[in-house]
Amino acid sequence: MTTAPAPTRRAGVQSPGRRRFFSALGFLVTLGVTFIGLLAITFFIGRIVPIDPVLAVVGDRAPVAVYERVREEMGLDRPLAAQFVSYVGDVVTGNFGTAVSTGKPVIEDLARVFPATLEMATLGIILGVLIGVPLGVIAASRRGSWLDQGIRVVGLLGYSVPAFWLGLVGLAVFYAKLKWVGGPGRVDIFYDGVVTPITGLILVDSIIAGDWEIFRNAVWHLILPASCLGFFSLAYIARMTRSFMLDQLSQEYVTTARVKGVPERLVIWRHAFRPIRVPLITVIGLSYAGLLEGSVMIETIFSWPGIGNYLTVALLNADMAAVLGSTLVIGAVFIGINKISDVLYRVLDPRAR
Amino acid sequence: MTTLRDWLIDDSPASPMQARLGRFYRIFGALMHNPLAVVGAIIILVLVLTALFAPWIATHDPLRQALGERLLPPSAAHWMGTDELGRDIWSRVVYGARITLAIVTLVAVLAAPAGLVIGVAAGYFGGWVDRILMGITDIFLSLPKLILALAFVAALGPGIENAIIAIAITSWPGYARVARAETMTFKNSEFISAVRLLGASSLRVNLGHVLPLCTSSMIVRVTLDMAGIILTAAGLGFIGLGAQPPLPEWGAMISRGRSFILDQWWVATMPGFAIILVSLGFCFLGDGLRDVLDPKSGEQR
Repeated sequence: MTTAPAPTRRAGVQSPGRRRFFSALGFLVTLGVTFIGLLAITFFIGRIVPIDPVLAVVGDRAPVAVYERVREEMGLDRPLAAQFVSYVGDVVTGNFGTAVSTGKPVIEDLARVFPATLEMATLGIILGVLIGVPLGVIAASRRGSWLDQGIRVVGLLGYSVPAFWLGLVGLAVFYAKLKWVGGPGRVDIFYDGVVTPITGLILVDSIIAGDWEIFRNAVWHLILPASCLGFFSLAYIARMTRSFMLDQLSQEYVTTARVKGVPERLVIWRHAFRPIRVPLITVIGLSYAGLLEGSVMIETIFSWPGIGNYLTVALLNADMAAVLGSTLVIGAVFIGINKISDVLYRVLDPRAR
Repeated sequence: MTTLRDWLIDDSPASPMQARLGRFYRIFGALMHNPLAVVGAIIILVLVLTALFAPWIATHDPLRQALGERLLPPSAAHWMGTDELGRDIWSRVVYGARITLAIVTLVAVLAAPAGLVIGVAAGYFGGWVDRILMGITDIFLSLPKLILALAFVAALGPGIENAIIAIAITSWPGYARVARAETMTFKNSEFISAVRLLGASSLRVNLGHVLPLCTSSMIVRVTLDMAGIILTAAGLGFIGLGAQPPLPEWGAMISRGRSFILDQWWVATMPGFAIILVSLGFCFLGDGLRDVLDPKSGEQR
């Protein structure tokens, strides 16, 4: 993921502007193909549902003629390719169907619940970066020490602890036992709905409303789920930072700096850390996208009214329009963040241009 | 004993069999020098033994309800306490090892060969075959695994079989990438050309010579993936889409214990420890195996 693409052999022939145009074009094409792929997968999943959508409408005692007419009206008699095209058209125009569980268009539901997830995941990634990067640097600078081993185990725990279990235990310890943090939900019940949603991010909305009490209460509720989520990005970021740093620390220029008598702290932060900032951005991007996925489990535990919770409720009710809508949105955001970090990498790393 | 060792590490083995055993011996020796890998191997060995001998290790019948003994804390009689139906949690965790082992084995058996074949085909034939196969692979890779698995299970219906199928569907692309990369590295090497010049068909070249060379990196990758597979399966069980009650699946057990987490913490936490231990075991072993079999790839995965 960090290797730069091989330089094109015809590089000398094309002007830089033209080359940039073609690489941007190529990027857009891959992006488009990936999105079409995502749509094809959700379309396919929608088709393999064992429930007959026509029967769901007409009931199983309808005469054959009625069944056939409804089937035609729903467009299910047309070839699959044509159905797929109209499905893509629906999605592009924002028609995700109606959610059975809420009775509202899926797109409206998603717009309502998405900010809650965004807020939690963003705080999670901030925590992950603020703690994970220093941990990785420390581990690399004291390679093989007990500290390094400990950080390594923390990193591996990030791959081994179920998110829902961590959330449950966190709730039992920090909320029920120690009473350090707020319980499930975004705010205490009596604050619910007090702040008018403008951005949907409760921290921002409460600042806009100038209501610091609600702001404090929201932080109080947000901190535990965000920390649980942050733990997973912390583990991943620390692991990757460590391995990037080890790469740098074995380079000759680091030895040169040490021989010159540069203090070790400066060697690490000024010399070795600088070049890894760019690959770290990719790692952080990947991790941020991964948090959207992790939030499904965490939200279920914390009754967090975000997209993960929405998806689980829809899953349990076999509400396929809502399931596929959420899958599409999470998938699209996931792809989007990945591609953005890819672009950032190319822009920031002169070798990759 | 020394003669056996000498025979194993002989630099000029007399038969392919001897060479193979020698290689295995060296890998085994190198693994034994990595403490974390040893710990991981022991954990997995314990998991396998627990699954095999569950009836002897469990102290109670995992499904027998005893409503008079509901929600008892851990004690000498019930090592991990009892759940809301009076079932012994230790015995359920022990039997749960069977389910977990079955899930990871089946996913590996389904996904790894599929990924291997697709990756080798893409790498060996190149051109359009490569572009189409890798295009599909990349689309799958660019999507979040858990969400995809959830959507597939939602469509197929809840249940452990469908959970396994859904996880396998989301796992093969990683293997295809690894297999393709491996194939590309030795597709133009001399020994492959030699086999081809002898008139071997592409099927024979691939099955007999390319596939076996991909196995070591596949083993590393599969072992490293095991933790993720266990977590996804447990997550599906937790949401209620995976193993169905009364199966003692660890994720589903945590889900049942959720309502009692504040007062009867052991119901939800105990199966969680089992998940963490086993996942960590696979991580440790996978890390160690990678250091031995595939040192180039480093930490990045």
